[in-house]
Amino acid sequence: MSFDPVPFWVSFHLGLWVTTLLLLICFPLAWIFARSTGRWVPWVESTTSLPLVLSPTVLGFYLLILLSSRGPVGRFFLSVFHVRLAFTFAGIVIAGCISSLPFMLSALRAGILSVPSHLLDASYTLGKGRIETIFRVVIPHMKSSIVAGIVNTFAHTLGEFGVVLMIGGSVPGVTKVVSIAVYERVESLNFATAHVYAAILLVVSYCGVFLLNRIQRSEARR
Amino acid sequence: MLQFVLKKELRAGDHVFHLDAAYRLEEGGFLGIRGPSGSGKTTLLRCLAGLYVPDSGSIQIGEETWYSAREGLSLPPQRRSVGFVFQDYALFPHMTVLRNVSYATGDRKRTMELLDLTRMTDFAHHFPRELSGGQKQRTALARALGRNPRLLLLDEPLSALDEDLRYSMGEELRRIQRQTGVTSIIVSHSRQEISRLCTEVLELAEGRILEAEVECRGRSRSGGV
Repeated sequence: MSFDPVPFWVSFHLGLWVTTLLLLICFPLAWIFARSTGRWVPWVESTTSLPLVLSPTVLGFYLLILLSSRGPVGRFFLSVFHVRLAFTFAGIVIAGCISSLPFMLSALRAGILSVPSHLLDASYTLGKGRIETIFRVVIPHMKSSIVAGIVNTFAHTLGEFGVVLMIGGSVPGVTKVVSIAVYERVESLNFATAHVYAAILLVVSYCGVFLLNRIQRSEARR
Repeated sequence: MLQFVLKKELRAGDHVFHLDAAYRLEEGGFLGIRGPSGSGKTTLLRCLAGLYVPDSGSIQIGEETWYSAREGLSLPPQRRSVGFVFQDYALFPHMTVLRNVSYATGDRKRTMELLDLTRMTDFAHHFPRELSGGQKQRTALARALGRNPRLLLLDEPLSALDEDLRYSMGEELRRIQRQTGVTSIIVSHSRQEISRLCTEVLELAEGRILEAEVECRGRSRSGGV
């Protein structure tokens, strides 16, 4: 059995990066989606939900076209920041963000919608601006939705396979994540190591979901 | 003195009508607005608070202009010196009574004074879910007074209470209004309640003032419509 812990670190780092970036990107997006009534909202919402239903290999294929050195985004990053995206960690972070976007976005949007508008009005009439209201009223009120977004995004990114394989390949220590490691072990008929990788991933995912349910139940009781 | 002239298009289902109200209220006055549901009472309060923008008109309190359609001026609620007690109190559920009130005051001493005024000191560390209807109402009132507002707006604050509590909380409201001397406007369905509490009464129907009375309650002045 040749157990290599490095794919776990790669997956863990990827999960941290993707979750943190999506938390920052999705909050303002979710706020706009939850509060806007414009005709464009359903169009943009459908686009951001696409990774939920699209095959990861199809998504990965289009991302590869975009992010490769000859693609428009890849070329831009290479010429402006001197950063290559295809087959690099930065590339799989971008791919992970796009693939996991709907998980974070839908949780945050539901959380924002759960905040009664009269609480915002109350805060404004008490002299507080929008930013202070968001930090002191909205975010504490939607705590369980934020936790749900973080857990779902992190768990989904840990289990990411198709998109990461298409964009990152399987570069050891750089883009080879746990699910790719499991696949390679199975392909080489090394079932014992595949079992270990898979079992660890299963336990980590279960703990995440268990934690999420505990938090949501305790919030519901309050 | 508070002076307002407000016009705004309102919709109740498919029915469209216009809020068209003007009034002048002396400093320290307590105006009651009554009328059936959908007559524009809450919209009027929300326009005064800056939560809704009227279609035209003006709002002036003392020397300050809060809204003037002619000048294209509309101060946001944060810049109007208002206190607002919402119908369902809108207390922040994740904050204790103390934190709800200090959210407005930003000052512990002032918070304790307001809790004392509203007789909520013993419940300072309770969360809203642990309070009765009357206690929630008192907390909402203490919080609304936290900014030392020039205008206190009360949107049916007694409607969620049972009959006995309504009476005693009404008395409490009158005591606090007199003690603070803040110019106040209360909205209610109940003719009796308004007559008991207020110095002046407006009757609103389909957005228009049907009747304006300056009632006794120990004050003698004439209200202008």
